[in-house]
Amino acid sequence: MDQAQAVEQLALQVVTVGDQVINLGDTAFMIICTALVLFMTPGLALFYAGMVRKKNVLSTTMHSFFSMGLTSIIWAVIGYTIAFGGTEGPLGPYIGNFTKVGLSGVINSAFGIEGHYMPESVFAMFQGMFAIITVGLITGAFAERMKFKAYAIFAAIWVIVVYSPMAHWVWGGGWLGANGVKALDFAGGTVVHIASAAAALACAIMLGKRKDHGTAAIQPHNLPMTILGAGILWFGWFGFNAGSELAVDGVAGSAFMVTHLAAAAGLLGWIVVEWMQHGKPTTLGAASGAVAGLVGITPAAGFVDAVPGMLIGFAAGAACYFGVKIKNKFGFDDALDVVGVHGVGGTLGAIATGLFASTAASGAVEFLGGTNGLFYGGGVEQLVRQLISVVAAWAFSFIVSLVILKVVDLMVGLRAEPEAEETGLDLADHAETGYVL
Amino acid sequence: MKKIEAIIKPHKLDEVKEALNALGVAGMTVSDVRGYGRQKGHTEIYRGAEYTVDFVPKVKIEIVVDDEIAEAAENAIVMNARTDKIGDGKVFTYDCEGAVRIRTGERGPEAL
Repeated sequence: MDQAQAVEQLALQVVTVGDQVINLGDTAFMIICTALVLFMTPGLALFYAGMVRKKNVLSTTMHSFFSMGLTSIIWAVIGYTIAFGGTEGPLGPYIGNFTKVGLSGVINSAFGIEGHYMPESVFAMFQGMFAIITVGLITGAFAERMKFKAYAIFAAIWVIVVYSPMAHWVWGGGWLGANGVKALDFAGGTVVHIASAAAALACAIMLGKRKDHGTAAIQPHNLPMTILGAGILWFGWFGFNAGSELAVDGVAGSAFMVTHLAAAAGLLGWIVVEWMQHGKPTTLGAASGAVAGLVGITPAAGFVDAVPGMLIGFAAGAACYFGVKIKNKFGFDDALDVVGVHGVGGTLGAIATGLFASTAASGAVEFLGGTNGLFYGGGVEQLVRQLISVVAAWAFSFIVSLVILKVVDLMVGLRAEPEAEETGLDLADHAETGYVL
Repeated sequence: MKKIEAIIKPHKLDEVKEALNALGVAGMTVSDVRGYGRQKGHTEIYRGAEYTVDFVPKVKIEIVVDDEIAEAAENAIVMNARTDKIGDGKVFTYDCEGAVRIRTGERGPEAL
């Protein structure tokens, strides 16, 4: 076969799923992005586990890692159809219908728009990875004191009644997204970060403080582990944000770029403020700042240019530093600062999207029904939409999480026994210890 | 026989060990310990919150020596562990009543 024949044969290579022509480049990209997003969760496990005392290293790791099992199955059975089932009928703006229970039909159907179809199986798995890590994020609030049994029940219910409906509102054709309020959330500022932070706040309130909180220094037991975890999160976040374009195109490229720039600027933002306030730049500050920058850019990636991306990252790094400090004034024991980092960063990013979204920088803004932000001549219209989505996400997730926690408390009790908390949850809940010396 | 227990800064351990070897001290036991004296603790910063950590990491050396080199050993530790900064540690010397080498059953200074 000569070269001309080979070229002709390649050009004719057409793959179809469910009568649609599959875009091979997009599909390959999305499979890789899906794996990248999954990898964020073990990264999160390390990030969190390094910050707790060594008697709780396994318990904290297990919170995230267990979500890879539990949330995946719940997502496949019921979560996906609530989030991405059909929108017909009066309930359509709030939850998807139940045609895709058990991922029914996704192997024979395509997802996407003309020219950018991928197998729906790939899309369903990509979205499932978001659900996994969102549950993992919450666990930082109740580290070192929640019964594992209570966590498992809480997580299962939360995915079904909080995460999946919110994903539907924003991305599944529901009332907050392009078919309704037209709030812009590229990769999960509301659905992932605000939702997890609001649930985290509910957990911190319902569970109360750790036994030693405020009386003894609770030192992170292994910061190199935390830094490696932050690095893995940064790496996986490329799949999270660039993949949220669901195609290989200019917007995916720009989302990729601003994701990196915001992480870098977030690291610097936190460090600069910390250095000025305490005279020392800390490694935990660098790791936290990078994550804060990534959180801040999540809703805006794909809608903003490079310089706004850096500004959002830097502002998120600095704002989250103060967000964490304020926690100590309120007296909540949000152990690993889910509210301070994901709540503050996610809220800042969602609002910043209403300031910096640019139709000139990205076709995705108009495609999703958005307009230019306040700083790009669009007036306050998009900003108001963003504020609506922020309030809705905080209120819904916080209130429903409180109710779930109350129910779980009545069923099995949320709080570990004082003796278990004293010895450590590794031994009490898992019959293991992380370090044998 | 004398037992000498020294609490020193961890990074001075090698120098102290070399000096004791040079004196002919045949063995030692070393452990990682935490504690405080007049130095008190130090401050650590985690996410903008400053904590006072009371217990500072130190190394404890335990040796048992013949009476005639006890003072020299004590001095060797003091000279080699000293940095002239606060937190250099302390040396305690006790009378030691007995010693047995488990493998051979030798007793007293022979066992050292």
